[in-house]
Amino acid sequence: MGSNLDALTTVFTEFYYWLTVALMFLIHVGFCMYEVGASRRRNHMHTLMKNSMLIPLVTVTFFYFGWWIYWAFPNGPFINGGILWDDAAANSPISSTMGTNLGDRITGVFWAAFLLFSWTAASIVSGSVIERINSGAFWILAVVIGSGAWIIDAAWGWHYGGWMVQLLGYHDAYASGVIHAIAGGFALGVLVVLGPRIGKFAADGTPRNIRPHNSWMVCIGLFCIYTGFWGFYVACNVPIIDPGGIGGLITGETWTATTIYLTPTTLGAITVNFLMSLSGGMLAAFMVSKGDAFWTYSGGLAGIIAASAGNDIYHPIQAMIIGMVGAWVAYKMHHWVERRFKIDDAVGAVAVHGYAGFAGLIIAGFVLWGHPSSPYEGYASINPLGQFVGAIIMFFVLGFLPGWVVAKILHSFGLLRIPKQVELLGLDFRSTQEQRAATAEIREAQKSEI
Amino acid sequence: MTTTGIESWAVDLAEVGAIYPFQGTEWLWVIIGLATWIGWHVWCVNWEKSYHEEKIQQFGDKSKIEEALEED
Repeated sequence: MGSNLDALTTVFTEFYYWLTVALMFLIHVGFCMYEVGASRRRNHMHTLMKNSMLIPLVTVTFFYFGWWIYWAFPNGPFINGGILWDDAAANSPISSTMGTNLGDRITGVFWAAFLLFSWTAASIVSGSVIERINSGAFWILAVVIGSGAWIIDAAWGWHYGGWMVQLLGYHDAYASGVIHAIAGGFALGVLVVLGPRIGKFAADGTPRNIRPHNSWMVCIGLFCIYTGFWGFYVACNVPIIDPGGIGGLITGETWTATTIYLTPTTLGAITVNFLMSLSGGMLAAFMVSKGDAFWTYSGGLAGIIAASAGNDIYHPIQAMIIGMVGAWVAYKMHHWVERRFKIDDAVGAVAVHGYAGFAGLIIAGFVLWGHPSSPYEGYASINPLGQFVGAIIMFFVLGFLPGWVVAKILHSFGLLRIPKQVELLGLDFRSTQEQRAATAEIREAQKSEI
Repeated sequence: MTTTGIESWAVDLAEVGAIYPFQGTEWLWVIIGLATWIGWHVWCVNWEKSYHEEKIQQFGDKSKIEEALEED
């Protein structure tokens, strides 16, 4: 920190990212409430622990190798160059910048913001597979997406030097694809192998609606996700940087907030667009679901997710209309895929995150056609084909495929799905019985004192 | 060609204003948004009316209302 202005900028940036991390915790609180609310009473505690334990597992693995991958693989590797050993070395678990280091105040908070995205990616998958997956199998899948697949996609398409940005003009400022489409695709890959919950489909294939045991809790969980989403959004920005710090084509002395690609935007723009896309999503979802609370809240999320690719640039009304399209796509696709392919996505995660994110990427390609994807020279500009190829890479190549392959491997070892008897009894059956016995014993002891 | 008016970031940011797509068509977007909003209200009041009418047809007889009151 050379001057007081440098010091202020650095400490502001450090505090800014720290705050996003604290806010993003609410996403995980929301996911836990939402999943437990959607599960039936006999599965509560297992559902809660399945989601909760991804926190330590993804955190540790992200520290060991996830963060290294982000800095090592922007070129593929071997698509647009080799492994970036020097950049990666500064972010490896043995780098001095990963510990307390008065010369680097940003790496730690930046790591943590990325980590919270990792939790989100894994948590999206968690909801779709409730009530029949082995927790141990899920935790392996959580590490694969949380510290593997998603961070590879971030290196490729969510890094100022990522090959997808350079060659395809890929633009995904608030992660329609790099978090949501990939997690939705991954969940779908797992669901294809895992199969539906017992009783989900009638003999003729008609889907049955397994209602959430507590609709209130599900909706408040989604509300918490909305709240945490504020942290997610601002964490996707660089809060303040001078053109010299960017080192690209921008001239002059005007400092700015930027996206992860270092393209200029404003906090005001993303705040308005966030709210307008949320509103568009809720309005459309209420309409298409005929007032269903679960789908209206989910539609709000789908709205934000669909507009996220370009919410750094859109006009607010464009964000609202795109949000409406995202919610409509999510609702319609969920029910069509459920009926047609007998996919039991317990919370609609594939639809809300996967299909809405996929649609949002495609839309951004048309609406932002020709806008520069980077402040650096020689990068492709944003275009529909680049966004379409990007959406395929996110949803299928880095999402569906790894999810399906790892689930197949786990299934081949008999590790993926819980035994049928356990599913019928409920995952919490044993602990509930023990609890009842303990309560009865205490009651008897109390009675003996009368 | 670009929808935002920004061809390249080789600019002085002090001289750049709006960067959203399709500048100059704001009125069109406002009209689309307005129509969507008003349309939503029209749809909503009609839907809610028919939704309640359907409920009355299904559950509106005296015995069912008494049953519901018992459950409350």
